[in-house]
Amino acid sequence: MIDPGKAVKEPSEPPKGAVSGAKLVSAILFGLGFGFLLQKGGVGKYNVLLGQLLLQDFTVAKIMMTAIVVGMIGVFTLHHFGKANLHLQPTKIGPQTIGGLLFGAGFALIAYCPGTGAAALGQGSWDVLFGIAGLIAGSYLYAELSGWLKQTVEKWGDKGKVLLPDLLHIPRGAFVPGFALLLLAALFVMDRFAAR
Amino acid sequence: MKWLLPSLLLLPPTLAGAADFGVNATDYDGAAWSPYIVGAGIGLLSWLTFYFADKAIGASSFYATLAGFLGKLVARKHTESLKYFQTNPPRVDWGFVFVTCAILGGFIAAWTGGEIRNEWLHPMWVDRFGDSIALRGIIGFAGGVLMAFGARLAGGCTSGHGISGTLQLNAGSWLTVICMFISGIAAAMLLYTVL
Repeated sequence: MIDPGKAVKEPSEPPKGAVSGAKLVSAILFGLGFGFLLQKGGVGKYNVLLGQLLLQDFTVAKIMMTAIVVGMIGVFTLHHFGKANLHLQPTKIGPQTIGGLLFGAGFALIAYCPGTGAAALGQGSWDVLFGIAGLIAGSYLYAELSGWLKQTVEKWGDKGKVLLPDLLHIPRGAFVPGFALLLLAALFVMDRFAAR
Repeated sequence: MKWLLPSLLLLPPTLAGAADFGVNATDYDGAAWSPYIVGAGIGLLSWLTFYFADKAIGASSFYATLAGFLGKLVARKHTESLKYFQTNPPRVDWGFVFVTCAILGGFIAAWTGGEIRNEWLHPMWVDRFGDSIALRGIIGFAGGVLMAFGARLAGGCTSGHGISGTLQLNAGSWLTVICMFISGIAAAMLLYTVL
């Protein structure tokens, strides 16, 4: 399989250990910014999140797709000039399909997701507390079964690190702008035809 | 695969407005900021986390870390024996501080915008399912369990896969987020049709 990180240095450290110094400051500032933006975008609200899943309100899709377009261009530019590492997880068809489907079912019930739930808690939507209790319980349940899952389900369809451009045999430098245009077209359609 | 992504992206707007479900989720004044401003802001934030912190934005591991801390309080030996907590020992790491501060960021945004809600049930929920906090509690808790289990199995949530993974064009992240929304849309429509 291809190694997308080969162009630049290896990731500097495993994501372990307590955080301190400049890293701690960055976690504080960027975390504050993330929660602030989510709340201002309205995605800490039950009706906006459920409205997306009922295909009535496209705020969530608009935010996600805009973030992807802007983020993709910047991160690939930084990566191209050796200023940033990519942080890619391996593509594992089995666990990612099953996990994604389970996540979605939960999404419809709780409405808040792990990130927007933080913004919901900050704005005082207390029903998120039930969801947070469930998220903690579900995480522990996963940990409880993790020994077995890693030997079974998580080995199904392990393809290693795969990028969309490599999968489609398109050079990365051509794929990024092309895909940005495609996402912008989808955003334009949503902006034109969706009520929100 | 070539046709799959574009057609999936165009599917939701095609379906929009076609169904009712007994609610109108768009019956509100709109968000404080435009979704394009907020989306661009989150995209910019990704540049900063990649450049300054060598990190990708993610949220779900925060709850796994909390589960680990609580587990160690209740049953230390057992918790430490679990495979997931051996590879990911619960620590106040970058992601933990990041999400903790996101809660505070949400508070600051709501407070400055006069949007502090201080409510147990959202009016849209009450309109459709009544004012029982217990019902919301059961549904919300069950949803959280499914969501966290799914996120751990898939290796991330709507932030880690849905924004950070997709913007890096990670094939597995696109697969995960498409599965999340297919299942989320189906489950939400079922919930608002059946319950």
